[in-house]
Amino acid sequence: MKLEKFKSNLDSIEEYESQPVPASKLKGWKSFLGMYAGEHTAGTEFVIGPLFVVHGVTAVDLVTGLLVGNLLAVLSWAFLCAPIATGTRLTLYNKLEKICGRNLTRIYNLVNGIMFCFLAGSMIAVSATAVGIPFGIEMPGLGDWFPSSVGWIVAVFAVGLVITVVAVLGYDQIARFSNIAAPWMILIFFGAGLAVLPELGVNSFADFWRVANEKIWVGATAENVSRFSFWHVMFFSWFANMAMHIGMSDMSILRYAKKWQHGFASAAGVYLGHFFAWMAAGILYAVVLVQIVPPGMTLAGYLPTIGSDQMPSVAPGPLATYAIGISGALCVIVAGWTTANPTIYRAGLAIQAMIPRVKRWKVTLAVGLFTTVAACFPALVMKLLDFVALYGLILMPMGAVIFMDYHLFPKLRLSTDYAEQQNSSFNWAAGLTWFITLVAAVALNIFAGVEIFFLGLPGWFLAAALYVIFSKLLQKKSSIQPAVRTI
Amino acid sequence: MKTFLKILSYGGLILTILPPLLVLSGRMELETHYHWTLAGTVLWFATAPFWIDRKKKAEG
Repeated sequence: MKLEKFKSNLDSIEEYESQPVPASKLKGWKSFLGMYAGEHTAGTEFVIGPLFVVHGVTAVDLVTGLLVGNLLAVLSWAFLCAPIATGTRLTLYNKLEKICGRNLTRIYNLVNGIMFCFLAGSMIAVSATAVGIPFGIEMPGLGDWFPSSVGWIVAVFAVGLVITVVAVLGYDQIARFSNIAAPWMILIFFGAGLAVLPELGVNSFADFWRVANEKIWVGATAENVSRFSFWHVMFFSWFANMAMHIGMSDMSILRYAKKWQHGFASAAGVYLGHFFAWMAAGILYAVVLVQIVPPGMTLAGYLPTIGSDQMPSVAPGPLATYAIGISGALCVIVAGWTTANPTIYRAGLAIQAMIPRVKRWKVTLAVGLFTTVAACFPALVMKLLDFVALYGLILMPMGAVIFMDYHLFPKLRLSTDYAEQQNSSFNWAAGLTWFITLVAAVALNIFAGVEIFFLGLPGWFLAAALYVIFSKLLQKKSSIQPAVRTI
Repeated sequence: MKTFLKILSYGGLILTILPPLLVLSGRMELETHYHWTLAGTVLWFATAPFWIDRKKKAEG
């Protein structure tokens, strides 16, 4: 009886998957502030922060790269994604269906859903590294591709279940959870970084910059580890959420915003999470790292003499617990939740758009379970840095398609929402744009050796140009009238 | 009641960030600050859910 009532409550949750969000449901900037702060001060920051240390960034490259890159990310949210989200009030998937047609959107949604599942999976795994601490569960190391113990799998499933339940309950509950957790979580990140600084020889803020250069971001790497520059940091921080801003995935979130200017709320997320939290996490890892340096040697002098397999493991749970106690372990768990919740919510929307007859909550539940299984494999966490760039790159071309279709097509006297107007199930202009952009990006990566972090920018412009060219050809052939924009 | 809860919540946040600052300045041991930050954490989560976003929930 209770189960039936619960099921009927879930059935009644309206998320406007295939219609514009009504005015009565719009949210103010505070809602987005909490949401972005919660989502981008995440468990994964405990992984990414140390990876900058591992890849030998200098302190000045890190600070300047993060300042510039995060600013570009905020501008991308505010000027590219938010105006279209508030102009249409539609999810990314719904808008794409109007432009690309049902069949092409299905392919995109499947890829999108799977990518978000794996991203959320990595966040669940990060949380699980903290759950295991009180139970003495063996944590996976940097090189582990498979679960290290049964206890690890149990911890992953416990975390995954909670995250899935919150995502199933819908956007309101996700936003509320983030708003409650965000202020505390941010302070825990700061506190953890501050508390271990004395162990590196910092006893006042005046000491910090000297120690940062000597013992944290020293500009040296272990053997066979690529060294990151300012450009790596800048492009990584700009494109860490490429799928969400220039890839337009956050249309699904920002469609609830009263004004497009609420896109600037993303600054709360990236400057707290992708600036301070990454630095704090780097400091935590440096405390572990300096302990392996032999007496009489500096960290910069010692690192090039060892292999990457001799570097200490990046296990967020133990790192945070050492710095700030049980609160640190709780922070890793909660930070994983607040990020994985909206990610699974997005994945649920993506897959549900493929099978609109099935209720969103049922799809989200299935997606959550699949994600939890994926999270059992630690490689998801350990390869996160590469993966974050890869998933953004795969989803980004469709963001360029939406941007051009919405803003430029009316000016070029090309028809917007082509598939809807022509009753087409596959917009070849958009399909070819997506495919050719990805092939070009992969070719640049493999044959020209361009690192994945740098491919987002040329890729976006290539996709934008290709979509205009192909649409001109396609629409000339079908000789349709330039249309008034529809939503 | 809501004001009282808010005061407790903000007290929890102060208890979360003040001990690490005291550790940095050498006025508190690392082990001691674990306990204080945990107290701050408990205080925040025991009180904040009762006033953050409550209006929205009531509406919804």
